[in-house]
Amino acid sequence: MNYPLHLAILVLLWGYIYTSWSLMGRLGMVSFGHGAFMGIGAYAVVMLWNHFGLSPWIGALVALAATAVVAVLIGYPCFRFRIVGHYFALVTLALSEVVRLLITALRDQTGGSLGATPKGALTEGTTVAIGAMQFESKLVWLGIVAAAWLAGLWVWRAVDRSMGRLALQAISEEEEAAASIGIHVTKAKLRITIVSALMTCVGGILYAQYQLYVNPDTVSGIAISLQMVFGVIAGGMFVMLGPTVGAAFTLLLAEGLRLAFGNRYPALDITIYGAMLVLFIIHMPNGILGAALERFRRRRERSLLKAAA
Amino acid sequence: MTELLDIYLLEAVLNGLLLGGLFALLSLGLNLIFGVIDVVWICYAELMMCGMYAVYYLYVQFHWPLALAMLAAIGIVALLGFLLHQFVIRPVLAAEPINQLLVTGGVLFFLQAAATLAFGIDFRNLGLALPALRVGDMSFSAARLIAFGVALLGVLGLFLFLNRTYVGTAIRAISQDRAVMPLMGVSGPRIFAITSALGGALAGLGACLLVLQYDVHPAIGLSFGPIVFLICVLGGLGNLLGGFAAAFVFAQFISIGGYFFAIEWGYVIAFAFFIAAMFWRPRGLFSR
Repeated sequence: MNYPLHLAILVLLWGYIYTSWSLMGRLGMVSFGHGAFMGIGAYAVVMLWNHFGLSPWIGALVALAATAVVAVLIGYPCFRFRIVGHYFALVTLALSEVVRLLITALRDQTGGSLGATPKGALTEGTTVAIGAMQFESKLVWLGIVAAAWLAGLWVWRAVDRSMGRLALQAISEEEEAAASIGIHVTKAKLRITIVSALMTCVGGILYAQYQLYVNPDTVSGIAISLQMVFGVIAGGMFVMLGPTVGAAFTLLLAEGLRLAFGNRYPALDITIYGAMLVLFIIHMPNGILGAALERFRRRRERSLLKAAA
Repeated sequence: MTELLDIYLLEAVLNGLLLGGLFALLSLGLNLIFGVIDVVWICYAELMMCGMYAVYYLYVQFHWPLALAMLAAIGIVALLGFLLHQFVIRPVLAAEPINQLLVTGGVLFFLQAAATLAFGIDFRNLGLALPALRVGDMSFSAARLIAFGVALLGVLGLFLFLNRTYVGTAIRAISQDRAVMPLMGVSGPRIFAITSALGGALAGLGACLLVLQYDVHPAIGLSFGPIVFLICVLGGLGNLLGGFAAAFVFAQFISIGGYFFAIEWGYVIAFAFFIAAMFWRPRGLFSR
């Protein structure tokens, strides 16, 4: 029972994180820097707990504040100076590397590239330590990540229905033209960036507390940032459940191959995944769910036409 | 002040200079590709990884002479560059620019994982013990000196090729006006294919220099990739001279930062400098 539950938790958690990323990605801001926000969330909470005994709930507030500051520090100049496209992707890539290297360099405090474990609060007999945000039962975690995931989808929909989304879509098509009809480009972009960054930070906190282990290479840096970008692309960047489908697809692909071949071919899943990504971007840029919905809609239109005729 | 000017700082500066030469060569191919085709190969460092494995296997496993193994590696990576362009980049040339960046990210995953499958995660090296050159109290590794020399020759060679040859002129012409040059009888697709192979060959040359100094393993691309991109962006993507200069700036930050603090701090400072520089000159330090 534990294994499927673990998979469900991971799918929902990554689905949530990918959804957070896609808030920006679908509006033309392809960030390679979200590993930074996830890393800040994961490490701030664990470090404050380990070194100062600060409850992760309070640590989370500190992490969110730090994330907001970093998001503004990076976002504001980027948007103000019209750093877009490739340049935006590469500036944010530098950001996620800075966070990873900082965590590694502060090895006396963080444990460096060996990672760190939050001090255990679950003593013999207790299964729940609310103050320490540690729960033994996977069911509790399923509830928590499901709530986060639903909240993420709700934010996605709220953004989708807002005026801001229209403004950002206009910006992503033609920034100068959007500015000329009175859209405050910097403000519109900054707002969505902060929302996306804060949500990703929460994802990092949940990931750290669920796994009870953090490592600079798995919660920050270029690898994790790319994982987010491509998970979303695989699932579908422009539909609400696309990022979740991407998370489910990548996880089930990895687990399925592991079940089929054992650990004989350790990187087979990513090899296949990488090749599929290339094919996706060339042949179905809207991702799995996007392409499926498109086909479904076309079929329905055709049958409607037939019925009308 | 005198303390700052000690001999070890001088050594750090000179080593930074040598590292800058290496970086300059590594960023050359990527910059060329961007300047001509307007595409960023996110998987550029993974191509170098392939080249490093090629040298390793030919030299260590098949006992080829080192020079021949290196030449073959350059040829292999050039072929990879050509194939990458024909089968991955060409289909998305008309798509949104960001898709061209992303599609090579898929290749990055593929190459890295395929290398893990094929070669395992072990660190491998050529087992060469190159001597260190000692000047007074300072020491410089011969591998770095060789890399520096070859890098300068490579840069010079590329400039001569672009400026003195017929094909080179065509490449520069296409990069200046993609729409008009085909009307003058320059075949765009052919020039792109040649440029991609040339970019691949430069990645292969970079791989030969890297494998002299570093162990090869499937994730090595992740440790050099970001630096190479940032250097290109810092110099202005597509601006070959800018990238060349930026490589030395970047290497000094790493080397001197590493001298005063630990080596990671050198990287942290260099990356932070990069971000700040982007806000100061968004089109690159050396943009006109």
